[in-house]
Amino acid sequence: MSALPSQVVAEPSAPSSELPGPRAALRKLGRGELGSLRVLIVLAIIWTVFGIAHDRFLSAVNLTNLTLQIAAVGTISIGVVLVLLLGEIDLSVGAVSGLAGAVMASLSVKAGWPAVPAISAALATGALIGLFQGTVATRLEIPTFVVTLAGLLAWQGALLQVLGKTGTLNLTDPGIVNLANTFYGDAVGWILAVGSIAAICAAALLGRRRRAAAKLPLEPLPALVLRVGAAAAAIVAAMAVLNSDRGVPLALLILVVLVVLFDTIAMRTGFGRHIYAVGGNEEAARRSGIRVNRVRTIVFVLASTLAATGGVLEASRLLAANQSSGGGDLLLLAIAGPVIAGVSLFGGRGRVWGALAGALVIGSISNGMDLLNFESSVKFMVTGGVLLAAVSLDAIARMRRRAHGRL
Amino acid sequence: MTREVPGGAPTGAPASPTPLLEMRGIEKYYGPVHALTEVEFAVRAGEVMGLVGDNGAGKSTLIKTISGVGPADAGEIRFAGELVRVRNPQHAAALGVAAVYQDLALCDNLDVVGNLFLNREERRWGRRGLLDEVAMEEQARRLLESLSIGGLPDVRREVATMSGGQRQSVAITRALLGEAKLVILDEPTAALGVVQTEQVLQLVRRLRDRGLGVVLVSHNLADVFTVADRITVLRLGRNAGTFPAEPAFRQEVVAAITGVTGDLAPTGSEDADS
Repeated sequence: MSALPSQVVAEPSAPSSELPGPRAALRKLGRGELGSLRVLIVLAIIWTVFGIAHDRFLSAVNLTNLTLQIAAVGTISIGVVLVLLLGEIDLSVGAVSGLAGAVMASLSVKAGWPAVPAISAALATGALIGLFQGTVATRLEIPTFVVTLAGLLAWQGALLQVLGKTGTLNLTDPGIVNLANTFYGDAVGWILAVGSIAAICAAALLGRRRRAAAKLPLEPLPALVLRVGAAAAAIVAAMAVLNSDRGVPLALLILVVLVVLFDTIAMRTGFGRHIYAVGGNEEAARRSGIRVNRVRTIVFVLASTLAATGGVLEASRLLAANQSSGGGDLLLLAIAGPVIAGVSLFGGRGRVWGALAGALVIGSISNGMDLLNFESSVKFMVTGGVLLAAVSLDAIARMRRRAHGRL
Repeated sequence: MTREVPGGAPTGAPASPTPLLEMRGIEKYYGPVHALTEVEFAVRAGEVMGLVGDNGAGKSTLIKTISGVGPADAGEIRFAGELVRVRNPQHAAALGVAAVYQDLALCDNLDVVGNLFLNREERRWGRRGLLDEVAMEEQARRLLESLSIGGLPDVRREVATMSGGQRQSVAITRALLGEAKLVILDEPTAALGVVQTEQVLQLVRRLRDRGLGVVLVSHNLADVFTVADRITVLRLGRNAGTFPAEPAFRQEVVAAITGVTGDLAPTGSEDADS
């Protein structure tokens, strides 16, 4: 739930040259190193503003709705984070999510397939698209910007083709519909909360014990307690809010599990390390023997598959796939979210957690403006402004790093 | 270590132990450009071989044929006595050749440990398991300590935050982790100040003391004479002699580089064999 544990985990030992303290923390904030903390501050400001502007914004019902609204875009953003870490971009994720939703709907409604095969086919469609786009981009050395821009158009066409004359397919299969409309009761929620807090504590303590056994420097105990405590508090608070409404939405669980899974892949596996390496210095990665194009292609497969997953979730929430599925501002929001949360457009910097945190920020703005009955003209302009602000922050952070001789 | 090399021998092939690396008749073309012509080059274990020459002499081209970045078009390469064909960098790495290029090839966004272990990460629970950060950090600390690399404040710091000398040290140390037998350093001191240069040269000596063969490519003759055992000179893509790195040979080395002295004909390795 919380994006807090992220940045600190990456640097288990505080750099000795910079004493921890409010001033150092502020400086880091400016440099964009504490991207996850920055996004929490932004989120707090947004929630405060909308909470004052509309009394129902912070209600349990609305916050639960918010989690349902962000499940799809957050899932798509996970893939976007991976692509951004490479220093690439995938403009086709919106269209792919729409196409995947349509494939699932078409198979379920027109062909009468059961839920699981229909969903699997949708995900496989995403994977194949990613494989195709990744292979074309790496083999022919075309910028992914162009390949996925072509994809954006082509997959939108494919969506219209799949939907056929009807234009809209209404979903009825409970197996599909329940994805976004299932809520777990109090007991399940609290078991999950206690379980995940226990897991976080255990991981922190075991990691600390291994480091101590190897006589490596340890993170200061107060910092560890603060980090774990903040994560636990966030989980408990989220659970309390969700339980006072309908309970824990399955769609949110799917999003959180995917975020944890891909954050682990990015931070704790060799493949994840290679993604960061390619994004940081492609030539260095190649010289060390990393098969750069293979890493790239796999990431594009993952991104398109995650986009397809998001499309399935969105179709399930809206109970339909139609011609505008995956269109509109979905693509921009899926990219803007992670960037707001500190994932660099220039590659190599950021965490998968940014997908969740960024989706919360973007979703909150959109949700709040809906509550306040803003015209879509205003909504578009505000969202555009937020995206520009986020990208500017990223660019400023990069300039400061360069000014500090740390490109 | 030892210096029983006869001065001005055409190649470094000594009578005693088999050279770690021995190259003969190396040819390399870049399109119509004949970049290397019948080049011979040899390095023994526990030896620092300086490789010098003017711009365009073929130094970079030659080390690329060793490191697999730009394989030779003709000629034979023996590594530890075995005839090999170096086709690509991975192949060279498997043989035990590690190259540290001028541009360092470090990932600025990764910390020291991440860079040292790039693509040879330690894992837990099997080869496909999670990264073992504790084991990597421990090894990194031990290695850096054993090389007495001072001034590396924290192995968990991003290399983006480090000075040129520190970054060079990280890049060279990387070569040691991969069980390298031959380390190629391309202009390791080019961008460094006096103190940092001294640190890097000290590190080069430690590599030699560990029994590694070191190829030191440099424009800076002072550095080469300080740390190298022998010096191979290239000129216009051909051998222009191999000399002991002793002050007495300084004039000859300079002459071989520039090709101005009458004693040494400007082209052809045969002529250096006087």
